Amino acid sequence: MADHGSADSGTAVEIIATDPGPRSAAVVPTDRPQNPGFPPERKRVADLDPAKEKQQERRVVAWFVLGIVGAVGAVAAYVAFPLDTHGAVDPSTTRITTLLIGLGIALGLFGIGFGAVHWAKSLMHGHDLVEMRHPTRGTPETREKAVAVFTAGNEESGFSRRKAIVGTLIGALAAFPLPGIVLFRGLAPKEDANDVLRHTMWKKDTRLTRDPSGTPIKASEVTLGSAFHVIPEGLNDSEHKLEEKAKAAVLLMRLKPEDLHPSKGRENWAYDGIVAYSKICTHVGCPVALYEQQTHHLLCPCHQSQFDITREAEVIFGPAKRPLPQLPIYVDDEGYLRARSDFHEPVGPSFWEREH
Amino acid sequence: MAKSASSPRPSRPARTGRPARSTRTGRRSPLASVALLVVGLLATGGAYAMFTTAASAEEGGNASIATADKENGEKLFQANCATCHGSNGEGTNQAPTLLGVGAASVDFQVGTGRMPMAVQGPQAERKPPQFTDEQTKDLAAYIASLAPGPDIPADEYLTGKGDVTEGAELFRINCAMCHNVAGAGGALTEGKFAPSLKGVSAAHIYEAMITGPQNMPVFNDQNISPEDKANIIAYLTYLDEHASPGGLDLGDLGPVSEGLFVWIFALGSIVAITVWLTAKSN
Repeated sequence: MADHGSADSGTAVEIIATDPGPRSAAVVPTDRPQNPGFPPERKRVADLDPAKEKQQERRVVAWFVLGIVGAVGAVAAYVAFPLDTHGAVDPSTTRITTLLIGLGIALGLFGIGFGAVHWAKSLMHGHDLVEMRHPTRGTPETREKAVAVFTAGNEESGFSRRKAIVGTLIGALAAFPLPGIVLFRGLAPKEDANDVLRHTMWKKDTRLTRDPSGTPIKASEVTLGSAFHVIPEGLNDSEHKLEEKAKAAVLLMRLKPEDLHPSKGRENWAYDGIVAYSKICTHVGCPVALYEQQTHHLLCPCHQSQFDITREAEVIFGPAKRPLPQLPIYVDDEGYLRARSDFHEPVGPSFWEREH
Repeated sequence: MAKSASSPRPSRPARTGRPARSTRTGRRSPLASVALLVVGLLATGGAYAMFTTAASAEEGGNASIATADKENGEKLFQANCATCHGSNGEGTNQAPTLLGVGAASVDFQVGTGRMPMAVQGPQAERKPPQFTDEQTKDLAAYIASLAPGPDIPADEYLTGKGDVTEGAELFRINCAMCHNVAGAGGALTEGKFAPSLKGVSAAHIYEAMITGPQNMPVFNDQNISPEDKANIIAYLTYLDEHASPGGLDLGDLGPVSEGLFVWIFALGSIVAITVWLTAKSN
């Protein structure tokens, strides 16, 4: 290693030893940059004036005292403004309690921090100095000793001689995580996820009901310009209510029949201008329910995808790729709206096994 | 822009001419950074406060539709509305027909100042009403006499009392996607927006639900019963009367205002503390 000149403690000057360079080098560099060292030390006010030093000391003390006040204040606030007054939690008390406790704890920590930093900056020694890096490589003796320890360990245990022991040890280590893998695999849903994603609670003849009451909806109740938030009948009694709702939620709207442009094969999916579309965005599955009844656009609040209800929920803006699936509906003899079938395609965002 | 880009600034060459001085004078006082930060924070906070207090208050009145003067309403209609809505309220190519919109629609649109419209735009905006409550009811009575439509709601549903929990659930399902869960309003497409519901009178909230003004869908009494509408109004009244238990609500706008707050104030404090940490003591 190059010979480092030692620097006098407290000065910024490092002595550069003249390096003759590798012997094979044809050119000896003579213009290498020189270490300019540190600028002359600038004395702080506390170094020059004992009165100022006293003042800085008082400031540090003041910060630490503020820290104490903060910590004690937080405890005092907790006692003085209990959350539970007369057996009931009052939201207005929550507000003042959390504010004061938070301020107290923050002051407690910041007091320590600011005091310590101010102490270090204004009162502790302020001159610049250089600390040389220590070599990390051990001495040759230490290195030889380490090798000897490993060699002795190998000979005494016979690690590299007793092949059977080492082999079975590696086997046991490999086998150890197996129960974990099997048990965690058992946490996966029982059903085929692909199957779960493809079907919803809607079946042939399921009645459309109001969210959240679950009362059935008559076609005559859906007046022009109306929007109903719809769940399938029986959802409130189903075992996994939220999982089912997350797939089956539907928005029901009534437009003028002449505003709808159904494609071939979908003419009977609507009833007199009443259409039902999945509320689950085909982008990442947010509920799309911002219905503008004059423009007939549906807006997704998460990423601003827009769907045109007059054109079978075609995407007209935003990151969604596919139109919202339409729920085919009809009206039964009593006037209630019913589903003709489940959705004809999976609702919500794309998944791996989906073909398109 | 073209002018400033083409004309050289005289200060630049002058500075490069004196490199020795610029190293000393170019260094700002550490207080300058702090002062700049404080000015920036105050300006942002002040502008925000101005926006939040700009919303005007308006109140639904007590004049009754039953005692309203239909003839006076017709005169007001001919003088103020007929140009766009047609002399018999049949509508023109500039404005929709008013046949069948009902008294509720007139009371909402005129009572909140949305009609008469000041200017064509993405949607009619709330402003100080142009007519007195009595005149509004006269107009409503006239329009209601042309064709049947939703009536002004009965007082029993407008007390602001009801099942707040039930109202909150219905609000979250039917209203919150546009009007925000705290009723603070939100953006729609192409400049349209769902307005804030803070400080809106119970009658106007009810009327908006049954008439579906502009791009808002209709929520008729078969969809949400009058009792449930009263519950929704009770929830909104509760929100108006109770401050957010979590502290500053920042307009209840969710990640937008909260993120802005954190970016400016929290990050600002971190920058300020870092500047102070690394600055040398004088």
